[in-house]
Parts: sequence; structure tokens; C-alpha cells
Amino acid sequence: MSLLMIFLSGVLFALGLGISGMTQPEKVVSFLNVVGEWDSSLIFVMLGASMTYLTGYVFILKRSKPAFAQSFILPTRRDIDPPLIYGSLLFGLGWGLVGFCPGPALVALVTGYDSVLIFLLAMGFGMYAFEVIDSRFKGDPDGGAGLIIKS
Amino acid sequence: MEFTLIKPLFGGFLLGLAALSLLFFNGRVAGVSGILGGFLSFKKRDTLWRFAFLAGLVAGGVLLLATVPETLNFTLTSSPPAVMLAGLLVGIGSRMGSGCTSGHGICGIGRLSKRSMVAAAIFLSSGIASAVTIDLVFGGVI
Repeated sequence: MSLLMIFLSGVLFALGLGISGMTQPEKVVSFLNVVGEWDSSLIFVMLGASMTYLTGYVFILKRSKPAFAQSFILPTRRDIDPPLIYGSLLFGLGWGLVGFCPGPALVALVTGYDSVLIFLLAMGFGMYAFEVIDSRFKGDPDGGAGLIIKS
Repeated sequence: MEFTLIKPLFGGFLLGLAALSLLFFNGRVAGVSGILGGFLSFKKRDTLWRFAFLAGLVAGGVLLLATVPETLNFTLTSSPPAVMLAGLLVGIGSRMGSGCTSGHGICGIGRLSKRSMVAAAIFLSSGIASAVTIDLVFGGVI
């Protein structure tokens, strides 16, 4: 039951990405290319998504624990450290290069395009390689965010 | 490209709802790079729920293709080396920076996290820099 609800959350997430236009890399690039024929519509994706999340998460965290898990596991770090800055910088460079970020690329796997496969393999390799190199992540699964509050 | 407000807003609403659903049922942040990165590390990091969410994303793609195929109608004109470089940068960068467009952009900003706001401001800026450079310096495609 728990896994089914997580699976369905993933399905709904993919539908959101598709309907919002995030699964069309050309659209993403024309959003980021502000000097070209600018497509500003994707601003509203992040706006709509984060506002929805903001409204709901307060109520969810009032519960003592999640429906099917022992505790809420959320990032607790507050400091702005160099990896956050340089990592986000590199991420953006790659994102603007072809218009794919991790979620939409996974959703687009179904197209079977070579380019999507190449992107996903390179991305997976990059993630894995970074993890191996950076021992900081060895005890800290979700990207060194310093997890676990509210149990 | 036509400007439509409803689709991005509604799509964004669904994304927020999906992220809330994962928080409600599993207590976790819906950050795709964190979920995938943890899954790929092949350590004992509750791999099962990660797999369930990622499988949901892929299955959602199948559903999109079957019902609204135009959402997956695109042609990537970038050369394979450029696509590979982009994938590497996205993979390394999202792990180094503790998140991507979903973890920072949706959940982090939604929680009003300062780290996520800084991260989103940086990756939006470098994303713009990247896309603009390709347009102005390389004529649109590399």
C-alpha cells in the first residue's frame, strides 16, 4: 500500500511535468534564453508548484508522522556552503545546455530517443561518480542536506 | 511559442500536489536528483521507495504518451557530445548542490528554505547564461 502510494505520487509528478511543459526541452531552453523569443510561461510552473507545496506542507507536518513511515525526513541545514553554490552553478549550465533536468529526462525515457538515453546515462554516471569521489555523502543519502527532523 | 498561463499553473499545481503526497505518505522530499542519487549509490538506503517513485515517473511518461502525446513531442537538436556534457553537468551539479529543480525549486522554496532559494537563484542564472551563450555565440545549437 505504501509503495503503491509512492508510485502514484511519481505518476502524478510526471503528469505535472508533462502538462506544465517541462518535458519539452526546447520549451525549457526558450524559457532560459531570455534574449531570444522568450517563453516566460515556465515561471508559473515553479510558482504554482511551490505555492501549492507551501500551502499544504504546514498542515502535513502538524501530523506526528507520515501515513506509512516512521518519521518525516527533511533537510535541516541552513548554511550556504561552497558545494551548494558551485553545484547549483554546474547544474544550471547543464540544464540550459539542452533543457533537461532529472525529472523530465526520466519521464521522457518513454520516447526512446537516443539523446534522452545518452543524457540519462551521463547524468547517472555523474551522480554516481560524484558520490564515489565525495566521501561527504557516504553517511548522508540525500545530497548532504543534513537530514532528519521531526520524528 | 504561444504563451499559455493555465497549463503551466495547473501542471505546477499537480507537481506541488504530487510532492505533498510523497511527504504525506512517506515523509520525504520529492527531489528527483536526491531520490535517484540515493538509489544509484547502491548502499542500503531504503532503495525500495526510491524505486517506486522513479518507476512512477517512468510510468507517468507512458501515460502521457498514451493520452497527451504532444507533451513529449520534441526534437533534441544538440549533438551527442553536448547532450553527454549536459547530462554530466546535471548529474554532478545536482548532487554537489544537494538538489535540482524539484528538490530546491519546488519543495525547498515551498518550505521557504534559504539554501534552496539561493540554489534556485544560482541555477536559474547559470541556466540563463548557458542558454543565452549557446544562442548568441554558437547560433542556437551545439
